[in-house]
Amino acid sequence: MPDVFLTGFLGTFGDAIDFIFTPQTTRFQTEKVGGIDQVLELGGEHVKVTFLALGAAILIALPAGVLLGHYRRGEMVALTLGNAGRGIPELAVIALAAAFLGFGLENVVAALMILGIPPILTNAYVGVAQVDRTAVEAARGVGMRDLEVIGKVELPLAVPTIMSGVRTGAINIVATAAIAPLAGTLTLGDFIISRNVYGDAGVLAGAILIALLAIAIELGLAGLQYLLTPRGLKLSRSLSAA
Amino acid sequence: MNSSAIAPLLAQVELRDRSDTNCVQDNGTFCLDWAVDNYERYVDPTLEHIVLVIVSVVLGFLIAMGLAVLSHRRRWLIPTFTGLTGVIYTIPSISLFLLLLPFTGRGNDTAVIALTLYTLQIIYRNIVTGLNNVPPEARDAGRGMGMTDNQLLRRVEFPLATPEIVAGLRIATVSTVAIATLAVFAGGSGLGAEMYRSLDFKTGLLITTGLTVIMAIAFDLCLSLFQRFLAPWQAPAPRERRARLAALTRRPADA
Repeated sequence: MPDVFLTGFLGTFGDAIDFIFTPQTTRFQTEKVGGIDQVLELGGEHVKVTFLALGAAILIALPAGVLLGHYRRGEMVALTLGNAGRGIPELAVIALAAAFLGFGLENVVAALMILGIPPILTNAYVGVAQVDRTAVEAARGVGMRDLEVIGKVELPLAVPTIMSGVRTGAINIVATAAIAPLAGTLTLGDFIISRNVYGDAGVLAGAILIALLAIAIELGLAGLQYLLTPRGLKLSRSLSAA
Repeated sequence: MNSSAIAPLLAQVELRDRSDTNCVQDNGTFCLDWAVDNYERYVDPTLEHIVLVIVSVVLGFLIAMGLAVLSHRRRWLIPTFTGLTGVIYTIPSISLFLLLLPFTGRGNDTAVIALTLYTLQIIYRNIVTGLNNVPPEARDAGRGMGMTDNQLLRRVEFPLATPEIVAGLRIATVSTVAIATLAVFAGGSGLGAEMYRSLDFKTGLLITTGLTVIMAIAFDLCLSLFQRFLAPWQAPAPRERRARLAALTRRPADA
């Protein structure tokens, strides 16, 4: 029995790996589908949509969150938005965009952006608001203006928290970009949604590729976070950990 | 639950414009008459969705509790558990649903397993934070009364950790309500399946989306009331709010 299970399991995943690298003839389609070329094409579109949406979300949410945090106003807004953001059904966002705005890249980007905004705004707020007050007062003491306080003190010290928010937003967006084909933008999710074209191997291949892409983006942003974190902050963390 | 509440009201609405067939054919923004006539079709998907969420969160809570008890006196296990649950959390939900298919087949079992795995990260991390935040004086007092480790955990540490634990449960539940809509790709039922069926029908989309959002808010409210009931001795506002903010903003790597 275990043998049957194992070959079945390897078989399905083996087919999926095959599907990623070489075009396949499926029982559903006369033309060959899958293969590395199509994977790269759909993957490229997936990455493009993700970064456009993430960029737009950052442009909107980061300044808003940082300003709210700087003046320590609107904790309830940040909290409610952060919580509500988790409750937005991903499927509904894409489906509503397709139904009410229509197909098209800009509509998909707008829809995905909505999923990126809540975590980035909440984290920017919390990150800036929880900066040690003595550091801010010291900055004011040496004559810094509001903008300098934000740019030179609060933002650098808030990098870890802000980047957590950006990472959460990015993961939401990559994940939801998988169902963008429902709104006419063909991403890696096409392998999943058009099961009647790609077959089960394609569905599994899509799932694997999307998971790998998400992990890659997560790792990339974690690296960026490391680069952006001020050295002093890293030092004090490793000291307090020791 | 919602539909049953408005059912008596609906029965009284006699004077209705019957010209709503046009609205449905033209796929109008919201066909109220159609919605009034067809509310019954949303009862079962809503109930299925509720079951999906409750089963997953309860299972996730039990497993997370087990992990937390295990790692409470063996601190070295904490990074391992946070790391493991964190990796799962990074995998997009739609991928996880489909990656489980070869093992568990299409259907609600797969959906429940995936949703449970998702809740682990948030709930576990919050239980650990809650236990860490227990004031040492409270622990010492317990010891002074001659409590064993287990008694201390049950009577002092867990009760004092409720704000963080409930904060985690709230976030996990709200997320699960939303993520469960994707269960349709793994052959699961619930509001997601209904939503998927009405991709070309605006009224249906708005109804299913509305029901999902209302359900998330309702769960969140119930849990916050539950917390008042569980820990009535606490003046909850500041600590609870701090716990919720912390739970919302932290990620696995920061824990």
